[in-house]
Amino acid sequence: MSNDTVLETGTRPRRLPDRLTGRGQRALRSWELLLLAVGIAIFIANSMASPYFLSAWNLSDATFNFTEKAMIAFAMALLIISGEIDLSVAGIIALSSTAMGFALQYGAGTPVLVLVGLGTGLACGALNGTLVTRMGLPSIVVTIGTMSLFRGISYIVLGDQAFSGYPAGFAVFGQGYVWWVITVELAIFAALALVFGVLLHATNFGRQVYVIGNNPTAAAFSGVRVARVKMILFLLTGLMAGLAAICLTSRLGSTRPSIAQGWELEVVTMVVLGGVSILGGAGSILGVVLAALVMGMVTFGLGLLNVPGIVMSIFIGALLIGVIAIPRLIALARRRAA
Amino acid sequence: MGIRTTFAAGLTLAATLMGGTALAQEPLRIALVVKSLGNGFFEAAARGAEEAAEELGDTEIIYTGPTSTTAEGQIEVINSLIAQQVDAIAVSANDPDALVPALKRAMQRGITVISWDSGVAPEGREMHLSPSSNELIGQTIIKLAADQLPEGGQVALLSATSTSTNQNIWIEEMNKVMDQYPDIEVVATVYGDDLADKSYREAQGLMQSYPDLDAIIAPTSVGIVAAAQAVQDAGKAGEINVTGLGLPSEMAGAIESGASKSFAIWNPVDLGYATTMIAHALATETASAEPGAEVPMGRMGTATLDDNNEAAMSEPFTYDASNIDEFKSVF
Repeated sequence: MSNDTVLETGTRPRRLPDRLTGRGQRALRSWELLLLAVGIAIFIANSMASPYFLSAWNLSDATFNFTEKAMIAFAMALLIISGEIDLSVAGIIALSSTAMGFALQYGAGTPVLVLVGLGTGLACGALNGTLVTRMGLPSIVVTIGTMSLFRGISYIVLGDQAFSGYPAGFAVFGQGYVWWVITVELAIFAALALVFGVLLHATNFGRQVYVIGNNPTAAAFSGVRVARVKMILFLLTGLMAGLAAICLTSRLGSTRPSIAQGWELEVVTMVVLGGVSILGGAGSILGVVLAALVMGMVTFGLGLLNVPGIVMSIFIGALLIGVIAIPRLIALARRRAA
Repeated sequence: MGIRTTFAAGLTLAATLMGGTALAQEPLRIALVVKSLGNGFFEAAARGAEEAAEELGDTEIIYTGPTSTTAEGQIEVINSLIAQQVDAIAVSANDPDALVPALKRAMQRGITVISWDSGVAPEGREMHLSPSSNELIGQTIIKLAADQLPEGGQVALLSATSTSTNQNIWIEEMNKVMDQYPDIEVVATVYGDDLADKSYREAQGLMQSYPDLDAIIAPTSVGIVAAAQAVQDAGKAGEINVTGLGLPSEMAGAIESGASKSFAIWNPVDLGYATTMIAHALATETASAEPGAEVPMGRMGTATLDDNNEAAMSEPFTYDASNIDEFKSVF
């Protein structure tokens, strides 16, 4: 090292500027450590508070609290890292589910239902992506609009009615098991965590997402096709919402226009709790996985104690603020001390 | 620590241990799952459930539900109840179909599942308890009017829309028992479409067309309030009695002004009580849920199951000046 005069300035080696290094990387790593610690603490607290917590089947049932939301959260994490957001995901679930119910009325079998669900999600994502990238509209405004639009269509189609009578084969997504207590949804969740982890952290595309989030102008001047990357991210988010719609519809065995009401904020909460910067440019899939597990365990643990839902929301809110505030407070204290 | 405290601590410990053995038989846990928490109607039902639990003894009520009226929220609640191995789940469903898979799983794990108030599809529950039946509602609305007219008189109906299924069935059931009231004449049936202003105008029209009108029966919570207001505004409170189905919170003013002598709707306290009694009977296998079976409901009598394993609790509960203050803040 001492011979390498290029990398050496003064006494310390210079940091390579193309990666999130130094303070940022450390903060990120400590965030995940913090989440892991919180997760373990909650796990221990839950198993002490309720005799029913430490049971393989109960824990398996509890995973339904987060698996569907987490599927969307992975894609949402990439979207938020790139500096955009999609608040229409719950609306997409409603529309995808309605489209599947509609196809069912015409005798569609399981494979067709899956294609319809995913296709509707993709189409919704394409609409969001086009409005944002082609017309240059802010994504928060566009997706607040499409959120009502997508769900509104479901309400027009269904009113106070419901689609039900999905084929038995369709139930596998939301009610099936891969092996022992491992549900199909949990397996999908794990597979997606891997796929999105590789996509974000080990591919050129993933690096482009970070660059766009940090500085879209600089990214464009460095030859990154910003609009194309963002379009792909909106399509991915729509596709994941379509997948979540398949799982949720399969689990409920029916479609109503009020399906997945309010999920968009839970998905965003999961992403932010996972350490993804809401301003874009930073975050990791591992963080989102940990956040999903933490949120799932908190809801289930409090549910076992029959804590009312509103108290649970307060708890999740406090957790979110706490996890975000603690690293900042520590950094602030260090700066004061220095 | 002195000898006395040690001794006292030992005694407490011994007492706890003995108490532990005395309580070895765990209480029966019945979960009352409602559409959403923080709703006066369901809070009242929970009070009824507690009353039943006290009467039964050795019964614990878990009153729970989601924050907003969603099926997904109720499923999370049901999953956690399955995990706790409760003995019975009694649910007022936000969605008759979406809860079925979760409730089926509960039944597979040996939990007694019934629905009440708002039902679940038959494959997702052992039985359903409705607060009342069409027959009993039809009989009640005419009885409410007739009880105030011992000499007989003219009554008119103010319904919702001409195509409202519920109202039409209730009126049909009412007509079936009209021969019991030979001195009561139903002079007209008008439709306020469940809109406050249209119902108000229709009630005004009735008063103009039938100057000798004695009562207006409105089997709809929108119509009854509008009709009472119209009667009050025309200065005929006490002269024309407005009755039917209404909510205590909305009808308190009409009872006070005398525009309405009495009206009816289900009593949530009784409903929670009866639901708990049934859940207890089914969970302890002192009764079984099958067509034609009679399930005991304590002070509410017995529930007789029909071919769909559905039962009606009772005729609607009558609210008047004597009890309106107690219920107007409830629902």
